[in-house]
Amino acid sequence: MLILNCPYCSVDAEETELTPGGEAHLKRFGPGSSDADFEGYLFQRENPKGVHFERWRHANGCGKWFHAARCTVTLEVFGTYSAQTTEPPKNLQKTISKKRPGWSWREFS
Amino acid sequence: MSNLISQANAPFEGYVTVSADAPMGMLTLRGDLSSKPFITALKKSVSTDLPSACQITHDEKMSVAWMSPDELLILTPYDQVAGLQAKLQKALGKKHFLLADVSDARVSFTVSGDKVREVIAKLAPVDLAPDHFAPGMFRRTRFGQISAAFWLLSETEARVICFRSVAEFMFNQLSAAARPGSEVDLWS
Amino acid sequence: MSTRLSAGGRLIDKSKQISFRFNGKHMTGYAGDSLASALLANDQMLVGRSFKYHRPRGVVASGSEEPNGLVNLGEGGQFEPNQRITTTELFDGLAATSQNHWPSLDFDVGVINNSLARFLPAGFYYKMFIHPRPFWKHVYEPIIRYSAGLGKAPKDTDDSIYEHLYSFYDFVVVGGGVAGLQAAKTAGDTGARVLLVEQASNWGGRAPVDGGEIAGEPVDNFVDQTLTALKKMKNVTLRTRWMAAGIYDHGYMIGYERINDHDPSDTKPRHRLWRIRAGRIITATGAIERPLSFAGNDIPGVILASALRDYVVNFGVSVGDRTVVVTNNDDAYRTAITLKNAGLEVPLIVDARPHGGGALADEARALGIRVETGKAIAKVHGAKRVQSVSICAQAGEGAVLEEVSCDCVAMSGGWSPVVHLWSHCGGKLLWDEHEIFFRPDVHKPPLDQDGTPFVYAAGAANGCFGLDELLQDAATQTGAATGSKKTPKLPNASPRAEAPIQAVWMMPQGAGIKLRSKAWLDFQNDVKVSDVQLAAQEGFESVEHAKRYTTLGMATDQGKLSNINGLATLAGALNADIPQVGTTTFRPPYTPISMGSIAGAARGEIFQPIRKTPMQSWHEEQGAYMEPVGQWRRPYCFPRAGESHDQAVIREINQTRNFLGLLDASTLGKILVSGPDAGKFMDMLYTNMMSTLKVGKCRYGLMCSENGFLSDDGVVARIDEQTFLCHTTTGGADRIHAHMEEWLQTEWWDWKVYTANLTEQYAQVAVVGPNARKVLEKLGGMDLSKEALGFMEWADGKIGEFDARVYRISFSGELSYEIAVPASQGLVFWNALLEAGEEFGVMPYGTEALHVMRAEKGFIMIGDETDGTVIPQDLGLHWAISKKKTDFLGKRAQERTHMTDPDRWQLVGLETADGSVLPDGAYAVGTGKNANGQLNTVGRVTSTYYSPTLKRGIAMGLVHNGPSRMGETIEFAKVDGSRVPAKIVDQVYYDKDGEKQNV
Repeated sequence: MLILNCPYCSVDAEETELTPGGEAHLKRFGPGSSDADFEGYLFQRENPKGVHFERWRHANGCGKWFHAARCTVTLEVFGTYSAQTTEPPKNLQKTISKKRPGWSWREFS
Repeated sequence: MSNLISQANAPFEGYVTVSADAPMGMLTLRGDLSSKPFITALKKSVSTDLPSACQITHDEKMSVAWMSPDELLILTPYDQVAGLQAKLQKALGKKHFLLADVSDARVSFTVSGDKVREVIAKLAPVDLAPDHFAPGMFRRTRFGQISAAFWLLSETEARVICFRSVAEFMFNQLSAAARPGSEVDLWS
Repeated sequence: MSTRLSAGGRLIDKSKQISFRFNGKHMTGYAGDSLASALLANDQMLVGRSFKYHRPRGVVASGSEEPNGLVNLGEGGQFEPNQRITTTELFDGLAATSQNHWPSLDFDVGVINNSLARFLPAGFYYKMFIHPRPFWKHVYEPIIRYSAGLGKAPKDTDDSIYEHLYSFYDFVVVGGGVAGLQAAKTAGDTGARVLLVEQASNWGGRAPVDGGEIAGEPVDNFVDQTLTALKKMKNVTLRTRWMAAGIYDHGYMIGYERINDHDPSDTKPRHRLWRIRAGRIITATGAIERPLSFAGNDIPGVILASALRDYVVNFGVSVGDRTVVVTNNDDAYRTAITLKNAGLEVPLIVDARPHGGGALADEARALGIRVETGKAIAKVHGAKRVQSVSICAQAGEGAVLEEVSCDCVAMSGGWSPVVHLWSHCGGKLLWDEHEIFFRPDVHKPPLDQDGTPFVYAAGAANGCFGLDELLQDAATQTGAATGSKKTPKLPNASPRAEAPIQAVWMMPQGAGIKLRSKAWLDFQNDVKVSDVQLAAQEGFESVEHAKRYTTLGMATDQGKLSNINGLATLAGALNADIPQVGTTTFRPPYTPISMGSIAGAARGEIFQPIRKTPMQSWHEEQGAYMEPVGQWRRPYCFPRAGESHDQAVIREINQTRNFLGLLDASTLGKILVSGPDAGKFMDMLYTNMMSTLKVGKCRYGLMCSENGFLSDDGVVARIDEQTFLCHTTTGGADRIHAHMEEWLQTEWWDWKVYTANLTEQYAQVAVVGPNARKVLEKLGGMDLSKEALGFMEWADGKIGEFDARVYRISFSGELSYEIAVPASQGLVFWNALLEAGEEFGVMPYGTEALHVMRAEKGFIMIGDETDGTVIPQDLGLHWAISKKKTDFLGKRAQERTHMTDPDRWQLVGLETADGSVLPDGAYAVGTGKNANGQLNTVGRVTSTYYSPTLKRGIAMGLVHNGPSRMGETIEFAKVDGSRVPAKIVDQVYYDKDGEKQNV
């Protein structure tokens, strides 16, 4: 059972205090978007073996959504950060690249 | 007005005592707690220090609990909540905020006794060791299957709040945790 | 025979006699006995029957690895099957019965399977019961169900108490033996928070039985001194009768504390489940001895050498008078020496190693014990009891050299470190070909959230035997776990001084099929060496497949004794190396834990949260029939004496339509949305245009998910320029509030909007019917006339002395006011309405009346007309979907081709010709069949009721091209195969022009 540190209240929350929200950093496509873009937004999801970015809500807690970078194989947590951003913080990206040589943002390798 | 309010149950005397508190005034205030003008305006009506993250502050008039980065819960005597609400409303003026009376939405319980920490530890996934959770801290979490928040008033007294609809469930599960004979003796 | 010795028994107190019953027979034992030792002391060698062949089974082990000694324990509310006698502490009045036999333990009809053994090979069930197909259901399954199964299922409700506890430690040390004690001391000395746990009731583990010295004194002294030191440390918590059941991700650990199993008369909880977060876990869980595979190794009286030693030393109990010891390692010599010193006969030690043992062997010989090296047991003779053994050469095929009479055989096939906890969360194993066991691979440990190792194995669990080696390992591993550079000063301790073990997987190594098919690997599930070999022959080469095909290791002991022997046998049959074959997966729990402990306190009234409205107590006093709506319980109807629920519903509807009804609507969600951007946000949330709603007005709105489907509905009231109050469905409040916060926090975080869920702040009552205004006017207060408060308007004010917010909205089609008062005043307000309403014919109504009345009006209900695949357009709700707005949640999805497909089923009313009620969920049948040969369908019923207003059945449903087929008759299929014709009509059955609600 996971523990994630909520970046808003600094509580080390266990999984039962959180609700998962799927993949992070999706870009919303609304009216006027192409079928392909909309399909990608609504249905296409990464399913990497390794580094992954997820949305979680500290539901039994401060109620805030946040993002977590996590390894889907070892369950190592690289970091948690604000949900009010469109991509992971640069220093977190650097940390991950160091821990998982060859990885880079949006390559999902 | 008090004749309109239904009365609470008798306390449960276990190895700690669980009792439902008399109705407490509660205000939810949402706003930008990092904004200086907002804080300045707020301090005109709030007598206590403002709590930092996961803290609760008290004085003789009120308590203020940190709910989230943009939310405070202000606790006052029940009959003073309307007055305080009007005062806050005026003080905050045209700033962007949400202020709501939630006195009746939540209920509060007092758990008291030497082993109050371990009784809470039976229900909440929180580290209650004395050097990890101290009076002055405020924690929103779950108690069993329901959302709740709690804080310690002293080493032997805790307050637990939850939504009104699950008050009976909360009282029953606190009582079960306090059942005589189920002492763990973790911190004694 | 097995009996109590006159001397010995370090764990028992002979001054305290305890009486108990086994299969109804009265027996006595001593305080400190396990049920197993007490049974042996009473010469009860036979303790059960095996699962498949119903062979007689005796005690083979002394701890949690015991596969045979399983009993039904306790009676009534304390009855529990499959309790292990070796880990059951004896208490006064204990009552146990043996399992898996009929009619009695001594005479079991099922033993017939035994004589059919050659017809019941591995995979027999899979092969045999396939054909003919119908036989499975009517012949095979009933017979198998009757003859299979271990203990009886409990009949009475468990009357014990259970609970959970959350606890946090820097270090948890599992195992209270020498290694665990040293580890706890080393960890405790750093000042960190340490929990040391031991599954048994006593500390010290095996070492006090096995002997040896620490600091020149007996091991017992080290145990006592270390315990005394640990008890003085405030940062160390010590717990016995506490088993580490499982280790999971991120340092999560489940501990199973058996608080009063040994004293059920106590008022304490029976079990406590500890839900622990540990920084580091040190598993000092010791090792388990392996049996040897020889013909007849399952006959009662054949026992693990270490277990026999335990019974003699710990409990002063002997299993037999003449014991033959058979081994492939030095450790079993300790048993021979112990027996001899206790005055018992050891006619022979059979050592499979050509060169025999070391110092221990010399000691045995010096005591006058005969030792034969390079020899094996060809066969054990006896049925319910060992009578003799035939001896042969280990290297041969089993030609008998001599027969030795004996009544006990002590076997040792070597030791396996208990690596279960290490493996639970991903720790890998290494095969040690010198020691012949799997040991933790320290280079592949379980990793925590930081990617660092968090489980450390220490002592025998890490493959370190010998007191000196084991103490050193405990200190080293704990040092690695704490990261402390300080090395503790360790006392001198006895070295191991043993000759090397030799791998022996079959005795003798060339045994033919006759011997191999009597050599047991899994005693509980009856898996023999020959079965595993057959599985390999039939192609089940993966250890996981072979396990499931043969059922090896699938019994309640999960193969603690059988796994290594089984996979070595499999490796042999496949001509592969053992590490190549690998182990099956070790899964939690280490040994079975009670269902009660898993449930914890969640039973009875706190099984799950039941949400209650402020008026709930009144409903319950009236005997309302309640229905679950999410976690709420709402009155379905208020039946009167002698009235059916249907009759009550009809009465409630008629009274409401004609006079006055009251509905407890407190459960409806009430969410405040406020801020300068609230209007913009509301326009995104709802399909309607909400920003244009005037202050003081209400509007019915629809919310869709981003994939276009209708998710919730309700009335929105505009409170002021910046503030809206959104009503949601009863089940939707928390979900919709979370939905709003999600969009505000993760997409439109720069919008200035705050929300608050005020659902529980208010008690809400719907006052409904032609007399609604009259009762409110009687209570006095605010002006509620048509002119002052029109339809779809709201106002704040006083009703009587109550602070009220009044919404003039209607879900029934009648004149209706929904009135919110502070929740604490709800019950008093409800009573005031009932009292004032008496002269106007007031009557409370439930959710079913609500449903029927809304259906009469053709209103949709989320969850009836919607099921997560329905868009508002399907329901003819185009009027509620703004065409002016450029965007709202779900808009883009509703433009997808499938959503605009004219063939989508659409909402209509349905009317049977005879006025009967259509079955709920029934499908309308079309022409022809689909690709699967099923009838094509053209629609389905979504809501169907008897309408007391129309005095006939009414229904709504989704029908292909429905709205353009008015007047057409279609057929609905019933479960019994018959069809019901129904005419497609307009779904608004009652007061289509809305005159009644607008008075």
